[in-house]
Amino acid sequence: MPAIPLAKAPQPAHTNPEQIRNFCIIAHIDHGKSTLADRMLGITGVVEARNMREQYLDRMDIERERGITIKSQAVRLPWQSGIDGKDYILNMIDTPGHVDFTYEVSRSLAACEGAILLVDCAQGIEAQTLANLYLAMENDLTIIPVLNKIDLPAAQPEKFAIELSKLVGCEPSDCLRVSGKTGDGVTELLDQIVAQIPPPKGSLNAPARALIFDSVYDTYRGVVTYVRVFDGKLSPREQIQMIATGVKHELLDIGVISPEPVSSSGLGVGEVGYLITGVKDVRQSRVGDTVTSYQNPAKEALSGYKDPKPMVFSGLYPIDGDDYPMLRDALDKLQLNDAALVYEPETSAALGFGFRCGFLGLLHMEIVRERLEREFNISLISTAPNVVYRAFLEDGKEKIVTNPSEYPNGKVEKVFEPIIKATILAPSEFIGTIMELCQSRRGVLGGMDYLSEDRVEIRYTLPLAEIVFDFFDQLKSRTKGYASLDYEPIGEAEGDLVKVDILLQGDTVDAFSSIVHRDKAYPYGVMMTGKLRELIPRQQFEVPIQAAIGAKIIARENIRAIRKDVLAKCYGGDITRKRKLLEKQKEGKKRMKMVGRVEVPQEAFIAALSTNSDGEGGKGKK
Amino acid sequence: MEKERNNESRKLSFYVHVPYCVKRCGYCDFNTYTPSELNSPDLKGITTSYIDSALKEIELASGKLGKIQVETIFFGGGTPSLLPAQEVSRVIAKISALFEIRPNAEITLEANPDTITESFLDSIRESGVNRISIGMQSAVPHVLNTLDRTHNPDNVVKSCELARKLGFEHLSVDLIYGIPGESFQDWQRSFEAALQLPIDHISAYALIVETGTKLAAQIKRGELLMPPDDETAEKYLQFDAAATSLGFNWYELSNWAIPGAESLHNKAYWNGSSWWGVGPGAHSFIEGRRWWNVKHPRKYQELISQNRSPEQDSEVLSLENMRDEFVMLRIRTREGIPLERLTDKQLEIANQFKNSGYIESLTWRDSLLVLTAKGRLIADRIVRELLV
Repeated sequence: MPAIPLAKAPQPAHTNPEQIRNFCIIAHIDHGKSTLADRMLGITGVVEARNMREQYLDRMDIERERGITIKSQAVRLPWQSGIDGKDYILNMIDTPGHVDFTYEVSRSLAACEGAILLVDCAQGIEAQTLANLYLAMENDLTIIPVLNKIDLPAAQPEKFAIELSKLVGCEPSDCLRVSGKTGDGVTELLDQIVAQIPPPKGSLNAPARALIFDSVYDTYRGVVTYVRVFDGKLSPREQIQMIATGVKHELLDIGVISPEPVSSSGLGVGEVGYLITGVKDVRQSRVGDTVTSYQNPAKEALSGYKDPKPMVFSGLYPIDGDDYPMLRDALDKLQLNDAALVYEPETSAALGFGFRCGFLGLLHMEIVRERLEREFNISLISTAPNVVYRAFLEDGKEKIVTNPSEYPNGKVEKVFEPIIKATILAPSEFIGTIMELCQSRRGVLGGMDYLSEDRVEIRYTLPLAEIVFDFFDQLKSRTKGYASLDYEPIGEAEGDLVKVDILLQGDTVDAFSSIVHRDKAYPYGVMMTGKLRELIPRQQFEVPIQAAIGAKIIARENIRAIRKDVLAKCYGGDITRKRKLLEKQKEGKKRMKMVGRVEVPQEAFIAALSTNSDGEGGKGKK
Repeated sequence: MEKERNNESRKLSFYVHVPYCVKRCGYCDFNTYTPSELNSPDLKGITTSYIDSALKEIELASGKLGKIQVETIFFGGGTPSLLPAQEVSRVIAKISALFEIRPNAEITLEANPDTITESFLDSIRESGVNRISIGMQSAVPHVLNTLDRTHNPDNVVKSCELARKLGFEHLSVDLIYGIPGESFQDWQRSFEAALQLPIDHISAYALIVETGTKLAAQIKRGELLMPPDDETAEKYLQFDAAATSLGFNWYELSNWAIPGAESLHNKAYWNGSSWWGVGPGAHSFIEGRRWWNVKHPRKYQELISQNRSPEQDSEVLSLENMRDEFVMLRIRTREGIPLERLTDKQLEIANQFKNSGYIESLTWRDSLLVLTAKGRLIADRIVRELLV
């Protein structure tokens, strides 16, 4: 009924804004956003059933496999409303879900007039649902609350409709019920998008202004820039300019995604599509920037542009020193498609040559690490993630510290660390253990609200440094996986911090230096020295292990020299086996790192770097 | 080196495996089978047909190698002393017929002190066996118990006396130390008792706990506790000192002998000479190719009876393999490694070990790398450093 063949639908650059609806779907991970999006593609006829692959809109996997952009972050869906029978164009704009990418989310939201707030009605509202909801409200979007997965036996739509409606400020009956999987309710949802979300407003005749809400590097086409036009019009072959970066380009191609890129005669007010300018670097096409005409430029940019700011740093080192050039090339390539990734060469006496990398957050860091290991096949050691410190020295100078080993112990007058506000949603039975966890991480309770009888929202202010390590894992484990976490930076605070160094045979191992709160210095020292004593094999000489703050030793352990390392028998039948063992050990030696005269196996480094400051053994990263 | 190898390869050593035991000791992971493991009431009848197969393998060897000189023969196992004497005789006769056994070739047989009899020893002496190696392990009953050994310490003394009386030229005992529950005194008791025996050769091994053995299981269950490595190292040094003071010179990591009584057969292994291993699970090494036979005696006999080779798998050593093995094996010996065989980098590393007292300075001046006692204790570590 309401699917319109694309050829008969209103065409780009010839569409009346009144017929346009720009919306996004905001949802917690795994609440079914992708499946619902698939369903919409199917029902609107944009993707025929037989071409439908599962999760058509899944960015990471498919793109990663093929190395190209095969579908985009915004899809143009033609739809005939079942309510008034008229033709409309619905632009579904994708949003990244995770806290690390809040800025990107906010720019995607800025491209829309409305948002579907999708909640899995077998799981309920989660922290990210909330965080993104608040963002959407800040951007004055019309919110359509939708309960998904009604097909599941565990679904509790009535219960969550009440919670959801309280949150959004509507009636429980206003919450739509759908199943992305079966398609139930999706037609009605599309009609409601038309009915509830307002059309875009803008000046046809004003100088062109379009918001970049995403920018993706494609091996074949270079950077593909996704835009929402606010004022005026963009035409093919036009000279354009990016206001914040000042860069000028020629539009080689302009069009819409439906779901493959389709060139058009331009993009008009309220429309969403892509631009190709031939640039190869996403830094030349930044999210949040305003695209305008070079000949007739707009005077004011659209608001909200920010330079991405890395929050979490880590030293990445190739396990095999010979891989250093490969790592450098890989980071260069990743950077093409990741405007937020920053990195600088760094040397560690312990780990050799590597890079200090800055990420938006832990997820960003995980994604980059995984891509380096999987796509580029580089085995890495990474130092424990750390935050950025702002130290004021006794001589009045300020020093920004992104690598803990550079912290100028002893010369610091005062130091500031980044603080965040964390929002945790969990079943109320876990309130006690959650509060205990946050308190142990220098948290200050901000408040607590009951979303319903058995679900609570707890807010804590915490130093970011206490979160970056394994806070999330701990939270999940204490709450049997039920808790969800979101956080936002809220500035910095002065901290009573010290740097703890770890020394092997009197030599500082820079990779193990850590900046901790003064009260945690001793437990940290004890924990690290103890762990290293277990992990480092005996050498031909004694190895003292020490933890120190400046010149003061706060903990120590000792590894005795080895006295026996020999196989008693080696007769005819033993020779082959023994030689093969030796060959294996030769390989193992390549993975040894020398710290002074001490041989430290790579596993020891990795294990030592994966402990947390609570003194509990950390779980493996992956 | 080419010439050296050729000279060596024109000589051959034979190893003959006897894969049978009355009982499996707690620490043993050798390729040996008890009657019950073979579903047989006893070993009668098994050994004869086994030796039939062994003889056929010897014929196979002859077919491949021609009539070359045989320097040594070694009967190992299992418990070679469980073979009827005439079976031992048949093997020696076969080798003699198809090859040229050098006059005064060393022919060794390993024996369990519980089961040797005078008539057995007499018989095999006549067949040409001139060297006996007795599995003593310990003189202390509770230690023998931990090892799950069947024998009575007195039997060792009796067997040695018997062997001497019957005119065997060489006599050796094996000892094990570093056993759960073994004190320093226990060890001292054992080696002092051993060194008193009328022997001219002695082997002393630190216990290796192999996976799958009864001992490994006991340790895993916490019933037995391995002594700390440092103590075991100490025991080695004590023994080395005691043996040396009584005229036994170390010539390999775990082997000491009165000068002239070194085991020529074992030296063949460490010198990269050629050797043919007869029997199930036996390894062989001829001209850079090493192979090993299938493990189970039945499978072995089946293949032999079909006139097929009993080989299970093999490897041809590359130049790098040979170099590695040279270092790996020779470093264990008193002969040592001629310095000219080492690269500059290896010499540098070795020099550091010498400065730390792990390599003998005196022999270094004679361009030989020879380990000190302290060095022998970490021989594997030194090899790893040299070979990377």
